[in-house]
Amino acid sequence: MHELSLCEHILQTLQQQAQIQSYSQVKKVCLTIGTLAYVEIEAMRFCFEVVMKNTLAEQAILEIIEIQAQAWCKNCQQFISVNSFYDSCPYCAAIHLEIVEGCDMKIQYLEVI
Amino acid sequence: MCTDCGCHSGEETMIHTHHSHAHSHSHVHSLLNASFASTHFRRIDLEQDILAKNNQYAQQNRNYFRQHHIFCLNLLSSPGSGKTSLLIKTLELLKNQQILAVIEGDQQTSQDADRIRETGVEAIQINTGKGCHLEAHGIAHAIESLITKDLTMLFIENVGNLVCPAAFDLGEAYKIVVLSITEGEDKPLKYPHIFQAADLLLINKIDLLPHLEFDLAKCIDYARQVNPRLKILCVSAKTGEGLAKWLQWLTASQLLATLG
Repeated sequence: MHELSLCEHILQTLQQQAQIQSYSQVKKVCLTIGTLAYVEIEAMRFCFEVVMKNTLAEQAILEIIEIQAQAWCKNCQQFISVNSFYDSCPYCAAIHLEIVEGCDMKIQYLEVI
Repeated sequence: MCTDCGCHSGEETMIHTHHSHAHSHSHVHSLLNASFASTHFRRIDLEQDILAKNNQYAQQNRNYFRQHHIFCLNLLSSPGSGKTSLLIKTLELLKNQQILAVIEGDQQTSQDADRIRETGVEAIQINTGKGCHLEAHGIAHAIESLITKDLTMLFIENVGNLVCPAAFDLGEAYKIVVLSITEGEDKPLKYPHIFQAADLLLINKIDLLPHLEFDLAKCIDYARQVNPRLKILCVSAKTGEGLAKWLQWLTASQLLATLG
């Protein structure tokens, strides 16, 4: 249940950015979350609402864009979509693929007033 | 409230003395008056890691460890893996060669830290309360409250949890995951993130192997499927089996980590 901590980290960033960028309210928060980032999207939505209550982001809409995890198969020399750290290549059955995308979780952009 | 960095000390750390450690707590204070703020919708592109702040503290911790030649290890496992018993055994074997300290993470109680202190090694307890993992900022505060001087090896025993601690860098040189054979051989596939993030897997309670239907070869195979670079050692805190190799790993890794 580290989604609660993640939302607390998001709130800290919103508060810090409010000072740097001079805004008083956050209307939208857009996150990009990799499918291998180990984040439960529904838990994230629930925690976001709880954490943002009575803050500058109380009214904020949360948009989450999921980023499909990709790996590089050295054998086939191509990128493939994967759903776990231990998927094998669907074309050549190679194991130990190199995950190149889908482990990150980022605050992509904010809409503020 | 910690006046220097503005954090809520609460239950996060027991001790809050400021401020001798290496991290600087940068604060950004706007020079602009809020009344000048625009009332228009604005879009701000951040593209910032959600855990950027934690990663920043972790890097500061890492710099501190490097400067002070401290070899720091982050121990991860599910509750009941025998992590504390293994740590106590390790401390007893190392305490004449190394200057040791332990940071203990638990949601409640200081029982584990009390057990560690019985070995004569200093232990700082962090109670995370509702938190299911340790964060780099809490570690920074724990480091500054350590009394032990000229530390050479620091063990961080993370909160017993095979999920959340994987995401939070603490500044350690290596992550070590402890899995006891009473937990079943499929844990690496069920909780791949922690095994993927780890550098070493200690398969603990190996003395129970004759009494359990635990497929050791399968467990090792699963762990390497998730993380081909993972080093794996079988140990028993109770009988001492495999501990010599574990100490060899520690000594060799310490040398590598503190060379430069």
